[in-house]
Amino acid sequence: MTIRQLSIFIENQSGTLQSVLERMRQSRIQIIACTIADTAEYGIFRIICSEPDRACSELKEAGVAVAISDVFAIELDNQPGGAADVVAIFSEAGIGITYMYAFLLDGRGIMIFRTDQPDAAREAIVRSGLRCLGEKDLPTHV
Amino acid sequence: MIWNPNKECMSREQMRELQGKRLHKIVEYVYHNVPFYRHKLQEMDLSPDDIRTIDDIVKLPFTTKKDLRDNYPFGLQAAPQSEIIRIHASSGTTGNPTIVGYTRKDLSIWSECMARSLTAYGVGRNDIFSVSYGYGLFTGGLGAHNGVETVGASVVPASTGNTEKHARLIRDLGVTGIACTPSYALYLAETMDRLGITRDQIKLRVGAFGAEPWTENMRKEIQDRLGLKGFNLYGLSEIMGPSVSYECDEQHGSHINEDHFFPEIIDPVTLEPLPAGQTGELVFTTLTKEGMPVIRYRTRDLCSLLPGECPCGRTNVRMSAIQGRSDDMLIIRGINVFPSQVESVVLTMKEFAPRYMLIVDRINNLDTLMVQVELRPDVFSATLDTPAAIDELEKRFAAKLKSVLSIGAKVQIKAPGTLERSEGKSTRVIDKRKLY
Repeated sequence: MTIRQLSIFIENQSGTLQSVLERMRQSRIQIIACTIADTAEYGIFRIICSEPDRACSELKEAGVAVAISDVFAIELDNQPGGAADVVAIFSEAGIGITYMYAFLLDGRGIMIFRTDQPDAAREAIVRSGLRCLGEKDLPTHV
Repeated sequence: MIWNPNKECMSREQMRELQGKRLHKIVEYVYHNVPFYRHKLQEMDLSPDDIRTIDDIVKLPFTTKKDLRDNYPFGLQAAPQSEIIRIHASSGTTGNPTIVGYTRKDLSIWSECMARSLTAYGVGRNDIFSVSYGYGLFTGGLGAHNGVETVGASVVPASTGNTEKHARLIRDLGVTGIACTPSYALYLAETMDRLGITRDQIKLRVGAFGAEPWTENMRKEIQDRLGLKGFNLYGLSEIMGPSVSYECDEQHGSHINEDHFFPEIIDPVTLEPLPAGQTGELVFTTLTKEGMPVIRYRTRDLCSLLPGECPCGRTNVRMSAIQGRSDDMLIIRGINVFPSQVESVVLTMKEFAPRYMLIVDRINNLDTLMVQVELRPDVFSATLDTPAAIDELEKRFAAKLKSVLSIGAKVQIKAPGTLERSEGKSTRVIDKRKLY
């Protein structure tokens, strides 16, 4: 029900993002979605990609601060209010969202959620009947 | 094992008598051979005959790094050039380097002192010992090298640089001992991790670490990662080089080779000698040196002399770990801050690599301190992947720092590998205040 996401600690300095992306290119890892949580001094670069385990171990070997976490990827209804419907199932169940971001997959909107109450979130999603993507639903390679 | 029980276990009275005789001789020697000292003594109306016992040392003038620089290159040399068989130079980052010439006898005393140190660490003929101080103008490499040869162990003159090759040699040759800076030891451990060389593949047993200050926490980390017992090795090129003092198995202070180097502790401001046990600036007088003897040389190192007998049987006096440099000491908002204090806190945080940088600035007439540390890639995890979690880590670190330093510091967490790695002495402070 969840998919794996990489989180990478990077400095706010020109060239640092580039070097992480070059490493991923060399490892033939494809990025499907990404976002950066930015602060004044550093950023946390979050990535949904192909082969997250291999990507993580190869980046780690190169000395990059990288971690894997499990996130929910929920498909949106492609109409006004689609996002609100999804967030509502979390707020109604009293589940806090740590962070979220969205991307398009074959024209469908997908929202990524991270919460520190994954069990409760799982239940709420099942109850709502919303479609939750697994890793097999992602385009794994070009 | 004790290399030279006659000197290392001498009674205190005999030692003081020997020191007194040697002091008289060295003062007479510099008076006749070094115009700098002759003029100084004449100005103070002192003659070598006024110096009869070791207690008379307080009558003598001090020598500073600046005196050494002002007399660059050979102004303080006492022996004729024909007697000098080696010349070392200290790093000249803030002016002329300090040039030190050694006679054959100087080198033989140096090897003897180094052999005393290595024997105290448990190094003997059957050891394979890698010297990873830089070979060259720096005294560390060649100084340690001669001592290893003197005790009869097999010396591997690895020097610094090419750390990967060195790590493989340590594994392949079954190297049992190493002499290097503590920061290089950690760098070596990291390199071994990267190469997949594990503790059970290496035979390191003894480490002789010096040339930069280090803490007990750092010692623990090096010992854990390299599987050896780490000993302090203290020295400075102006006096001799490594092995001015050395730790014994008790590891409670470093025994000073005081039959050759007489130590005093003074107040760095009033220059008055401090009572035994108090912390102040360490001052050395070389009692036997021919090439470039120095009288009451101010080392700028802060430490204390430890009273009492050592259970190891050696009677030569011990000095505490260096607690800072009188010139490294930062005064921030009126509080004395030593980089070593920050280091001790960094080493308690498993999230950070054992490296840090202090950046001092003055903004709107207020001193600011920023401490930069590096995240350890193997500790970064899903629980640390939000700015809130990093924030919380920063706050925890800042609170620990504040309790040790008594002033607040801004903390900045950097990505792995972004702080300067050092293969020699590391620079840990950037002071941007334009005060002078």
